[in-house]
Amino acid sequence: MIETYYSLMRKQGISRRSFLKFCSLTAASLGLGDAGAQQIAQAMQTKPRTPVVWLHGLECTCCSESFIRSAHPLAKDVVLSMISLDYDDTLMAAAGHQAEEALEQTIAKYKGNYILAVEGNPPLADDGVYCIPGGKPFVDKLRRVAKDAKAIVSWGSCASWGCVQAAKPNPTRATPVHKVITDKPIIKVPGCPPIAEVMTGVVTYILTFDRLPDLDAQGRPKMFYSQRVHDKCYRRPHFDAGQFVEHFDDAGARMGYCLYKVGCKGPVTYNACSTVRWNEGTSFPIQSGHGCIGCSEDDFWDKGSFYDHLTTIKAPGNLGIEGTADRIGLTALAAAGAAIAAHAAVSAIKQARSKSGNDKLSEVEK
Amino acid sequence: MAILQTQGFTLDNSGKRIVVDPITRIEGHLRIEVNVDKDNVIRNAVSTGTMWRGLEVILKGRDPRDAWAFVERICGVCTGVHALASVRSVEDALAIKIPKNANIIRNLMHSTLYAQDHLVHFYHLHALDWVDVVSALKADPKKTSELAQSISPWPNSSPGYFREVQNRLKKFVEGGQLGIFANGYWGSPAYKLPPEANLMAVTHYLEALDFQKEIVKIQTIFGGKNPHPNWLVGGMPCSLNVGDTGAVGAINMTQLNMIGDIINRTIDFIDQVYIPDLLAIAGFYKDWAKWGGGLSGQNVMSYGEFPDIANDYSNRSMLLPSGVILGGDLKNVQDVDLKDPGQVQEWVTHSWYKYSQEQNGLHPFDGVTDPNFVLGPNTKGTRTNIENLDENAKYSWVKSPRWKGNAVEVGPLARYVVAYARGNKEIQEQVNGALKALDVPIGALFSTLGRTAARGLECQWAAHKMKYFYDQLLANIKTGDLATANIEKWEPTSWPSEAKGVAPCEAPRGSLAHWVKIKNTRIDSYQCVVPTTWNAGPRDQKGQIGAYEAALLNTPMVNPAQPLEILRTIHSFDPCLACATHVMSPEGEELVSVKVC
Repeated sequence: MIETYYSLMRKQGISRRSFLKFCSLTAASLGLGDAGAQQIAQAMQTKPRTPVVWLHGLECTCCSESFIRSAHPLAKDVVLSMISLDYDDTLMAAAGHQAEEALEQTIAKYKGNYILAVEGNPPLADDGVYCIPGGKPFVDKLRRVAKDAKAIVSWGSCASWGCVQAAKPNPTRATPVHKVITDKPIIKVPGCPPIAEVMTGVVTYILTFDRLPDLDAQGRPKMFYSQRVHDKCYRRPHFDAGQFVEHFDDAGARMGYCLYKVGCKGPVTYNACSTVRWNEGTSFPIQSGHGCIGCSEDDFWDKGSFYDHLTTIKAPGNLGIEGTADRIGLTALAAAGAAIAAHAAVSAIKQARSKSGNDKLSEVEK
Repeated sequence: MAILQTQGFTLDNSGKRIVVDPITRIEGHLRIEVNVDKDNVIRNAVSTGTMWRGLEVILKGRDPRDAWAFVERICGVCTGVHALASVRSVEDALAIKIPKNANIIRNLMHSTLYAQDHLVHFYHLHALDWVDVVSALKADPKKTSELAQSISPWPNSSPGYFREVQNRLKKFVEGGQLGIFANGYWGSPAYKLPPEANLMAVTHYLEALDFQKEIVKIQTIFGGKNPHPNWLVGGMPCSLNVGDTGAVGAINMTQLNMIGDIINRTIDFIDQVYIPDLLAIAGFYKDWAKWGGGLSGQNVMSYGEFPDIANDYSNRSMLLPSGVILGGDLKNVQDVDLKDPGQVQEWVTHSWYKYSQEQNGLHPFDGVTDPNFVLGPNTKGTRTNIENLDENAKYSWVKSPRWKGNAVEVGPLARYVVAYARGNKEIQEQVNGALKALDVPIGALFSTLGRTAARGLECQWAAHKMKYFYDQLLANIKTGDLATANIEKWEPTSWPSEAKGVAPCEAPRGSLAHWVKIKNTRIDSYQCVVPTTWNAGPRDQKGQIGAYEAALLNTPMVNPAQPLEILRTIHSFDPCLACATHVMSPEGEELVSVKVC
């Protein structure tokens, strides 16, 4: 018999009333109405668990760690009741050839119907020898598993963009998934790591509605990545009022002023940190006093220091609503002197090399 | 050559070769090959890191204040340890003194990681080596409840509670989709727990999965997120404001209250769930006090951790002391100096890198990392389809670090042995209590069981230290001290044209250090030697084996086709392979070291 999410919840002693409430809350959190709640309830009562294969390339496992931090739903419930995590070398009991057999069984049994989740990326330099789990280049494994997958989820900035090992000079030629697999739908869920509830939110969306979420031009789910951290930042009024932290731990920092001048990349970073927040809504980087480092953006490692302020964002307030970040930038540059000027030159070169998309951080020109 | 004698061990690779790749339930990618004799006893072991990311190369030319964020991404499991080592090493280079609050907050974040990481390791990465999930289906929930209540006051222990979990498991198994439990070694005679203990442990596997996410919220409050919280050269980025205008925009009373609450719950969970489970499970596996000791009875090392006094990393300040023990001589604990070019050195004789003179080791300030993927003549398979490696040639992406030429083990067991030998009363009492509870001699420490037990004890120690640091923080705030960052040397114009620094960090998995050179305000070289490098590294130029290889030797396997024994011992180290990151310059002239955390 096939186990469904609903049957599991009931077995756990959760009443039908609570179950329906859960569906309503889920629907509401996804911006759906009553009809959505009914769809969720229907889906959870009838569907078998979707097989998921979770591969790891060059990575640091922060995505897996983030995933198990999910509070709504709990990672436990995702793994036991919503998906069937048939292969994941971080969590699975079997090792060695028994692990590889489990992978082969899933591919054979669910051909065309499993989801491939990828954490990390394949290095392509030197025949791929920089990542050889099972004695073979990871890129081969990725291609083989992708071939019969229904869709691919690129977890985190490694799989989505390349992330830290792909930062210049990218010694292993670490390459994001979509540049290796070009014939499958790919959902990018960037971030280093992505927010836990964003990860499980993407999974539950796919399971519930039996379709992939709407994606933006860069392949990210619109529901979580279509607005900037800055747009919904609770410190935004301080930005608008021209109230800035000038140095870490100054009076402004203790008042919770805007971190723009100490390098916050919130104005050019598309993510849900300022709304969903982290670890069950406990906080997010800006709330804890450090600027956003832009970890969900392509090439964020190669856009200058995390403490250089942005230069293309209008900063109203004490500079007047006509003031721009460029003016603030020039002032800061003059103060910081030759060291920063030298760095700016380096940054400008890096920027020239980088293939830029929309809303890239713009480097100081000189 | 079939026989090799080294460090008191005999290696014989003439028997049947067994390959386990991937080793699952670890961080990163690791391969183990062993040879077993006709009685299925392991007589040769080969440990291979199968990934390399090149992070240190990437750091060259960057702002040293940014380095923590790059190196933090070496590892997302022991998240933050590389960031902490990084800010400390840059502060060492630039002679920056951090405020007292910053030291306390760092200690609190770091002890938080110890508690969460050790807990997750035990239940989610290690437990399935000892706990038979399928056997739990046969348990009587009432007896499970009696068992649980006999060892702990933990309230989730009613027969109905365990029955509910069991029913959920039953449903899961009957559904036919076994997910992460598919193809496990269920039913193997190597599993010794009665069904009731299995059900209790599986229940706590699920409960710990729910609870671990609570512990890390302390890192989220101070660092904004977890994994990968934010840090700052010169202190911490989180300002304190408990009573003044705008306190709601800083670390304030509500957040401090939340932290206090999480700490109390963490202590309860570890005291009442982890430790009783650990002792109960260990009681059924006392055989494992005979196997898996490897180097631990000979050579162990700790750099020391948790500075009680800000900016003082000497043993006057460290709550867990530093030191090296060689040859099992507990009466002679030697001091570690990370700047001494003759102490920490790395070899690449059997690693996929090249040195101009491979008979020599290099100190990390002079480190070179130049990849060189070549396989030995006795390799079976091809470059891109390896069946068996040739351990007489190069065979791993991990280097071989040595302390004064000696292979050493690092990690919780090593830290505890050093602390015990240094006369740390707190640790001695804790260890003696556990030995007594299990009714085993002190020699039992030097084993797979001892390594796993030491991690549990350290988790408990860390949880109680969280409370200690929290009380310190409140007491210091009470004095009116709110400073969290020293920005006197924030601007690069205040730095000397050249500087170099090194700093230790005992990560959950063992001794970590970063060596940084700064030139004209930019990183000139950056090197990390990380815990799993020490433990997982291959042989050196003398043929000396590392901790993993030593620990596997002489262990009998119940069934070589089911590598449970290999998993038990390797997991007892809590491998973390992603840190295999070396540096090389774009010109290829100078490089760095490898890591694994």
